[in-house]
Amino acid sequence: MTTPPILSVSNLTTSFRVEGLWKPVVRNVSFDIAPKETLAVVGESGSGKSVTALSIMRLTPSGNSRIEGSIKLSGQELLTLPDADMRKIRGNDIAMIFQEPMTSLNPVLTIGFQIAEALILHRNLSRSAAEAETIRLLEKVRIPAAKSRFHEYPHRFSGGMRQRVMIAMALACKPKLLIADEPTTALDVTIQAQILELIKLLQEEEGMSVLFITHDMGVVAEIADRTVVMYNGEAVETGATEDIFARAHHPYTRSLLSAVPKLGSMTGRRRPMRFPVVDRLTGESDVPTETPDTVEASERPVIEVSNLTTRFEIRSGLLGKVQGRVHAVENVSFSVQAGETLALVGESGCGKSTTGRSVMRLIEPLAGSVLLDGVDVLKLNQHDLREQRKRMQMIFQDPFASLNPRMNVGAAIAEPLLINKLATRSEARDKVAELLRRVGLQPDMASRFPHEFSGGQRQRICIARALAVEPRLIVADESVSALDVSVKAQVINLMLELQARMKLAYLFISHDMAVVERVSHRVAVMYLGEIVEIGPREAIFGNPQHPYTKRLLAAVPIADPTRRHEKNPVSNDEIKSPVRAADYIPPIRQYREVSPGHAVMIWGEEWEKPAVQGIAA
Amino acid sequence: MASYLLRRLLIAIPSLLGISLILFTVLAMAPGDPFSEMATNPNVPPEVREALRASFGLNDPIMVRYLRWLTSMMQGDWGFSFASRINVDTLILQRVPTTLFVVGTSQILALLIALPVGIYAATRPYSVFDQIANTLAFVGFSLPTFFTGLLFILVFSVALDWFPFVYRSDIAATGWRWYWEMFRQAIMPIMVLGLFQAASYTRYVRSAVLDVIRLDYVTTARAKGLSERKVTLRHITRNALIPVVTLVALQMPAVFGGAIVTEQIFRIPGIGSLLIDAILANDTPVIMAVTFVFACLVVIFNLIADLLYGWLDPRISFS
Amino acid sequence: MAGSTLASPSAEPVVVAAKTSAAVSPGRETWRRFRRHRLAMASSVVLALLVLGVVIGPWLWPIAINEIDFSAQLQTPSWAHPFGTDDLGQDILARMIYGGRISLAVGLAAMVVATFVGVVVGAVAGMSRRYADSFLMWVTDLFLSLPQLPLLLLVIYLFREQLKAAFGVEGGVFVLIVIVIGGLRWMPVARLVRAQFMSLREKEFVEAARAQGATRFRQMVHHILPNALGPVIVAATIEVSSAIIAESTLSFLGLGFPPDIPTWGRLLFDAKDHLDSAPHWALFPGAAIFLTVLSINFIGDGLRDALDPRRVI
Repeated sequence: MTTPPILSVSNLTTSFRVEGLWKPVVRNVSFDIAPKETLAVVGESGSGKSVTALSIMRLTPSGNSRIEGSIKLSGQELLTLPDADMRKIRGNDIAMIFQEPMTSLNPVLTIGFQIAEALILHRNLSRSAAEAETIRLLEKVRIPAAKSRFHEYPHRFSGGMRQRVMIAMALACKPKLLIADEPTTALDVTIQAQILELIKLLQEEEGMSVLFITHDMGVVAEIADRTVVMYNGEAVETGATEDIFARAHHPYTRSLLSAVPKLGSMTGRRRPMRFPVVDRLTGESDVPTETPDTVEASERPVIEVSNLTTRFEIRSGLLGKVQGRVHAVENVSFSVQAGETLALVGESGCGKSTTGRSVMRLIEPLAGSVLLDGVDVLKLNQHDLREQRKRMQMIFQDPFASLNPRMNVGAAIAEPLLINKLATRSEARDKVAELLRRVGLQPDMASRFPHEFSGGQRQRICIARALAVEPRLIVADESVSALDVSVKAQVINLMLELQARMKLAYLFISHDMAVVERVSHRVAVMYLGEIVEIGPREAIFGNPQHPYTKRLLAAVPIADPTRRHEKNPVSNDEIKSPVRAADYIPPIRQYREVSPGHAVMIWGEEWEKPAVQGIAA
Repeated sequence: MASYLLRRLLIAIPSLLGISLILFTVLAMAPGDPFSEMATNPNVPPEVREALRASFGLNDPIMVRYLRWLTSMMQGDWGFSFASRINVDTLILQRVPTTLFVVGTSQILALLIALPVGIYAATRPYSVFDQIANTLAFVGFSLPTFFTGLLFILVFSVALDWFPFVYRSDIAATGWRWYWEMFRQAIMPIMVLGLFQAASYTRYVRSAVLDVIRLDYVTTARAKGLSERKVTLRHITRNALIPVVTLVALQMPAVFGGAIVTEQIFRIPGIGSLLIDAILANDTPVIMAVTFVFACLVVIFNLIADLLYGWLDPRISFS
Repeated sequence: MAGSTLASPSAEPVVVAAKTSAAVSPGRETWRRFRRHRLAMASSVVLALLVLGVVIGPWLWPIAINEIDFSAQLQTPSWAHPFGTDDLGQDILARMIYGGRISLAVGLAAMVVATFVGVVVGAVAGMSRRYADSFLMWVTDLFLSLPQLPLLLLVIYLFREQLKAAFGVEGGVFVLIVIVIGGLRWMPVARLVRAQFMSLREKEFVEAARAQGATRFRQMVHHILPNALGPVIVAATIEVSSAIIAESTLSFLGLGFPPDIPTWGRLLFDAKDHLDSAPHWALFPGAAIFLTVLSINFIGDGLRDALDPRRVI
């Protein structure tokens, strides 16, 4: 080591008091951060990575937590500093940004005040000087019309803009070290790309070091010089990012990396592919294979959706006048064959989840038709609809919310059988045991309650419940998004296996392009309620046509540090809202066939302006 | 903000109408003739009774009766108290200031206790101070005002002889002496009401602060290097007050209920004791009017709470 | 979708926990948490003793409540009269045992009325979209801004005589007080139930039930109601203590039960003019009200910790 490190953490152990006992959450963690270096701390949930960050700032709840070891900032020990001196470090020498931009800013104070507060505190600026400096900072983080936004409250800003405000606040006193705790996790992928670019750029300008906490190996590969891998409170591996990705030593790191889908890794393959299964103890991996050809291309599609439209009215005022409409789904058409996976991708507000729910008729669509094995679901009465729902089932995003906490797992899985009178109680019991076995759980778990299971296990239970009625179509709405990488890989493997066995058709709704590339046969890209491009997975990923598809793909971080420089520059646009005025009439769209099965919407002028531009204007 | 104020005012009108409708329905549903008792009351001259019967138009359809009653209420024609032999509006106007003084002062006292104690306790959860404050708060709102009132009289008037236990409006003193006597006789009722409300408000403040304290923006404020004092005052308190304002507004009916009890115990000449006296004297016009005045007071206080809410929360004025 | 924060804690520790412990039902978990609240446990014992006392009291202390003894006026507590006597020489302990039955019965019955009305209104509002909901919530807010005590007094003043004729003195006033107290206190329960329904009906497990073909009734009874019950139980518990205070207040103002029915509030009403000569007369019934209300409130707090760990109020 030539230059002394900015931050040196050694043998950090942080414990929390739980019911009177001290429970260590971070154990013996050591690392250094050199000047101008970006260090990523990566791990799954519960690995202690966020607590590590809070410990450096000494922001763990006082009284209920204990920090031991040594944390040195430019040689100065932080853990023994008096509180008053520690406060002079916070926000001044070390600044921090957090995961949730929507809740990290105080809703009752203007953003200008919140930024200026740090300037007045640490740099002794006058009010007017602080205001001028704040506006300069807002411009620096590329907030348009910075001056006029000084006096605005946080609720007028989008998530991405709020994260920019947070960054401006963190940069206020030119810190030596910026701690970024999952700063892009809550953001859409194109916004994430913008924020990552901004952090990189500002780091160069200011010459600060960055400690980047994340769960996303793609982000790590994109941004970090060196990486610390945490597992269960311990740092299991530390090294240069390229080395970690190329030659991981620890079995956990290897299993983690093997579970990470890499965008572009499926080039040249036609069918979905399982994730390799890695033994956590030995780090040995099996060789994944492409799934067998499951698509029944010759048969009539299981589901044919045409011209589906769903809008929500926004009413306000005493009389509830319609002020506007959310055009959540606008004239959407697609079909899915038995044994096929169609992925619906897009960013928040694009209407992909509403499409899934409209197909299930959990939301009443405004127009269109949904033919399930030839029967129009949208025309059925309540009784027939219940009958028809046996053929289609749904798996939801949040495995903690999708099981009734007061119902044991056996009852939850048996419920669809009993509601639809498909089995007697004793038959249902046998069926439950079989279903649990099929999703990789033990039959005797049926008497347990949901709170006793982990997220991945719960999602398996939800799959078992969906399978109980032997459906033809499963709508999987972000079903693996909330799961940790390794658990995600297991659940996806299970879903692929079940598809092969039961010829299930999946409508796979996801924002994660890398996962979609891995699991789907065909892909539909949605933007503001419309499908802008639809086609075979290979065509969409290999030959994207629509500017939005291109932008989306360009924004996805690739979990491969050697390909860091292949990336396209990202656009600086915000995500638009599908809310329109009450008298808005949607334009009639035309599609162009690029190749068989690959259709793209003909786009208008709004995409013709230099849509792709560097962030550094 | 102006449009927000206007909107709240517009919402207050239907609720006042609704309240008056409920009051009137109760009166109309009352079995028999509410004025029949007056027939046996020697204090009521027959012509007054007849005038009242006519003004209530007891033979008309109920909606007509309601509208007539409402218009006369709005014109300030509240009837005549035959117990006090004076117009009801005059009687009420004499009594309202005393009630407002006692209730207002006790609310200020309650907030002066609840805010610091609640905030201090919540910033140190499960500390000795928090536990004592919490237990005292429980004791405080489990002690009904009528019992605390009697206890206060027992301790401070009977045993210690510090304060008079009968409130007098005819204090024979002038200048500072008069103010001192007024203050001295008001202490006990204000304490009884104020402490009871302070107990529940302390719980509200504490829990609201506890909810806010774990939010991300508080961590942001700490990460900026602000002192705990500044974090609490600037970033926590204002946010925590937003739900507290709503809860305090919801307490208003209970506060005025408590005022009736304390006025009765300490014989304070406010509208609360007027109500009880009127009920005991079967003075129907006064009962109706006082109940309606209480309803108006509750609505007015709710309106004030709405304004405070809009002032505290910048998100409100826009939506 | 943005906002995909990782929800699952690392799988391993949970799996281990699930393997070692037998199935823990939510009910048992609730009891475990309730037991940890020491004041609530102590209060349960106190309340149980109070209830036991007023239920079996008349057999253990068989003195008539209206036995007038002018030779024993306003006596301080003694072995013959543990709680002393009043101005007619009546035994205060016997009167309190009798009055306690009424106070507790009023509290429980009014709670049942308030909770029933509140759950029905809240559930209908919470399940309906648009009109029924806005109307019911308007009515609820209207009732919330009613001046309750004046209205209580007004209703009792207007209706007392008729109900006495219909149900007898005691029964009539009891029915009236229960209906009026319950009828003016259902709003918090309604708001609570509505809020619970609103949030639960959007929960994914309810949507899952809908996707499986569950009828609206089944969604409500099997999925929403059991999960909404915790906070309702807590609110209902607090409702008992509020109703006891409301009834005592009425009696204390001399407008509740008639003079020959010695509820705790009525005892205080009678005692308040003798504070200097016979403080015990006021202290015992006052303390009884306080103790009952305090222990119910603590039990409510314990139940809240046990059933609804997120809310603190």
